[in-house]
Amino acid sequence: MVAGWSGRVDPLKVQLFIPCLVDQAAPATAHATQQILERLGHEVHFDRRQTCCGQALFNSGFRLEARILAERFVQIFSEAEAIVSPSGSCVSMVVHHYSEIGLVGNLRDDCERLKSKVFELSQFLSMNLPFPSGFSSFPHSVVYHPSCHLNRDLGVKTEPLDLLSQIDGIRLVSNDLPVECCGFGGAFSAKYGKLSQRIADRRAEALEATGAEFVTGGDDSCLGHIRQSLRRIGSPMRVIHYSRILAG
Amino acid sequence: MSRISIAVNKALSDSPLGSAVLKSCDLSTNKRNEVIAELDDFEETRKQAREVRQFAIDNLESLIDLFTKNFEAAGGKVHQAADERDACGIVLELLKRRNARKGIKSKSMVAEEIGLGEALEHAGIDAIESDLGEFIVQLAGEPPSHITAPALHRSRQSIGKLLSAKLKFPYTDDPAKLTKEARGHLRKRFLTADFGIAGANFFVAESGHLVMVENEGNGRMGFTTPPLFISITGIEKAVGALPDLSPMLRLLARSSTGQRFTTYTSLIRPTRPGEDGPGEMHVILVDNGRREAIADPDLREMMLCIRCGACLNICPVYKSVGGHAYKSVYPGPMGAIWSNIVGTPTAESAELPDLSTLCGACKDVCPISIDIPRMLLELRGRRPKGAIESSAAATWKWTMSSPERYETAGKIARTAGMLLPNGLPGGWLSGGGSSYREDAPDQGEEPANE
Repeated sequence: MVAGWSGRVDPLKVQLFIPCLVDQAAPATAHATQQILERLGHEVHFDRRQTCCGQALFNSGFRLEARILAERFVQIFSEAEAIVSPSGSCVSMVVHHYSEIGLVGNLRDDCERLKSKVFELSQFLSMNLPFPSGFSSFPHSVVYHPSCHLNRDLGVKTEPLDLLSQIDGIRLVSNDLPVECCGFGGAFSAKYGKLSQRIADRRAEALEATGAEFVTGGDDSCLGHIRQSLRRIGSPMRVIHYSRILAG
Repeated sequence: MSRISIAVNKALSDSPLGSAVLKSCDLSTNKRNEVIAELDDFEETRKQAREVRQFAIDNLESLIDLFTKNFEAAGGKVHQAADERDACGIVLELLKRRNARKGIKSKSMVAEEIGLGEALEHAGIDAIESDLGEFIVQLAGEPPSHITAPALHRSRQSIGKLLSAKLKFPYTDDPAKLTKEARGHLRKRFLTADFGIAGANFFVAESGHLVMVENEGNGRMGFTTPPLFISITGIEKAVGALPDLSPMLRLLARSSTGQRFTTYTSLIRPTRPGEDGPGEMHVILVDNGRREAIADPDLREMMLCIRCGACLNICPVYKSVGGHAYKSVYPGPMGAIWSNIVGTPTAESAELPDLSTLCGACKDVCPISIDIPRMLLELRGRRPKGAIESSAAATWKWTMSSPERYETAGKIARTAGMLLPNGLPGGWLSGGGSSYREDAPDQGEEPANE
């Protein structure tokens, strides 16, 4: 346990749920997640049997195929004490859509039990507040982009900001930025590429207009899409998952 | 490329259209947010509104019977139309009986849905649109691009050009002057029309009223001036009793145009002999797929929709491409579902649920809290799948069913991403590098941090 610990949560055995996109395209987010949890005294595990939660298939209308992956997920994680993931959209898949996917029998019961133990990282960390003093510092201006599934589906609106406000030196900028989609939408960005880019460019311009040095958020899929757009419009703004700011 | 993809890309390259749509949508959403923020009981009202709609859908057949009894007792006539052909047939028959040739039409999405304009034209009946937006798109020979603001895709300048050319007056783009010109033209028609035809926002079972919400007064002219009035609306527009209108009317204009109340809210009953008004009044209640949707547990919720258009205004997709790109009478988030319910759904309408990022803004803004994303996903599941996407999905499932296959695929993707100049499509994995799992702590029996 960390000196100065005052969190409401006793140290837990935490199973990391690292979505495939984070694992492959944003491993730094996964490392940061692991580090934060360990520094807060939790026992962190990563089960290498995990792959994809099935969201990509489910959102594309392939429900039977998605069910196979949901069954795997439930089998792998059903015994966990707490499951923590640095992705709002994949947690939302498990929490909101696994019950519509047609799981039966024991798997269905296991799934219902499991759902209450799955946390998006900021949901879990909010139960650990306040952080020990001097947890980390980030002397930069940062604007927070609420990704849609995190913000709307999971209802996680203030948690990442509450966590970021604990970080030394950070300046959180908002300028009344309206909440709007980045245009990624998974398969949508492949099927309607130009449209997806148009929406992203509009979002990137709004983010850039805040004048912040960094954009942060809780979904690497959306952040990656925004990063592409910022490059396209020639913005020097940088993009970083909030876990990496918290990890220091 | 599908027709929808082509239409989407065409809209994206039309920058006057893009800026007109974006400007109107943002303006409506901002106004909506302001007047919603004034309501300290918004969530409570919203809950009531949903209950009113839920009650109506759960008791629809008895509400329709009650409305029919009450409307007919007051001297009107209620017709039920099973589908588009049936509905147009009833209208034509009513017009024929009175030898009505010249009419004035007020806004109705159901009329668009059943193709009434075409049917009237085909029968040689002259029915002019009297809602300014509808009048504009009729003159332009276009379908409406929004369910409450039909000419939203047009700039003031393009409307100025169109109206001045068609109605023959010197060009202006001053909205007040343009409105005055259109009004002068339409007024003559109102006074000489044989019939008026319009949509309805609600019908009230217990009192037998039709409810019409509008801003221009054209709707009111349409059901008071000509000797014959025909209202055409969907069967789902029922509410139980007059008090049920309270939450509906408090939310409808606020959600739709950001007004507290529309300029004209009419509660319409058939006039009695000797009273001022049309001598003959009919209501056509159109099914056209609605009963089937009500019987479908996964789509039934869509029948709660009151067609305010707030989900169109806030949708990042609609805001970017406008309504015509959807290639359907009903565009936007509600339209992507509605188009698969009414009429004969096509391969194209089946594709519409894919034209969404699933961001959920529609559900957030909906005055009835309709879970639109849930139904978009449901319809994505039902859509017939092509061979290429099916094999891609099967490959994904096969790869992801085994950690070894997943790791191998990940390595291949990261190598490809590193080798390609801009990474994988979408710029993914352009950095190469290793995955998290390659460096993650080993999992023995011992906890990772000891």
